Amino acid sequence: MVPLSYYLVLSAILFACGVAGFLIKRNIITIFMSIELMLNAVNLTFVAFAAHWHHLSGQVFVFFVMVVAAAESAVGLAIIIAVYRTRETLNIDRVNLLKL
Amino acid sequence: MLHLALFIAFGAIAVAGAVNLLAQRHPVNSALSLVVVMGALAAEYLLLGAEFVAAVQVIIYAGAIMVLFIFVIMLLNAGVEERTRGSKVAMLFGIPGMLLLGLLIIWTLIENPGQGSVSVGAQYGPAKAIGQLLFHEFLLPFEVTSVLILIAIMGAIVLAHPPSPRKPPPPEEELLMEPESELIEMAEPRKEP
Repeated sequence: MVPLSYYLVLSAILFACGVAGFLIKRNIITIFMSIELMLNAVNLTFVAFAAHWHHLSGQVFVFFVMVVAAAESAVGLAIIIAVYRTRETLNIDRVNLLKL
Repeated sequence: MLHLALFIAFGAIAVAGAVNLLAQRHPVNSALSLVVVMGALAAEYLLLGAEFVAAVQVIIYAGAIMVLFIFVIMLLNAGVEERTRGSKVAMLFGIPGMLLLGLLIIWTLIENPGQGSVSVGAQYGPAKAIGQLLFHEFLLPFEVTSVLILIAIMGAIVLAHPPSPRKPPPPEEELLMEPESELIEMAEPRKEP
């Protein structure tokens, strides 16, 4: 038997790591991976609450979050490729103009 | 007891992978640490009795999405991350921010403990029940999700498509242009001596 708060603490730690990576990292791909880490942390919270309340809706929400994450990563990586094609860099500090 | 030990073991693996994602400078190393985090989280889902979510986590996240990431890293030939002055400022605010946020959330959760606990082996996430829930109560979100994926596919193709090259001028104009270009080529050598 594991208390529910342990799962929430683990999720909070992972989410904090994702936020830190989003702030620290300069590589646009790594920043994107930090976003995926945050989504995973939220998924853990959903599944823990689903097991706690004995209701399956949380797991269905996790399913939707995964689908949206897959779509988001496909579009985001396409944007990264488009940015790299015009700027020739992956450093987020050098991508500071909206116009190409 | 075994449940707690497994939870701590896989939780430690997940946190170690997340910290390694922050520490590594090369995107491929960060991507592989993220795969470790996702595998450990799949084990946590199994501990919570969510087999379907664990399987989907491995297939979609650790399989499809990470392959996409690594494919893009290799396609763009991403090297070691550059350091700039701005990144030091970001690190200055990022690490205390991470600690502050984590401590705040942990403190809140410890001050307000949950009422119950989670038991292992509850057999609470069979794929059949999830499928019935997904196709009855959540049918409309499911269909909307399919539209979302369709739009995402089209958007990815449009965004990643190389810019179309300029159309070559019609052949008639080329024929008309050729004498002039010959004249220019003939005229240029005269200037050189």
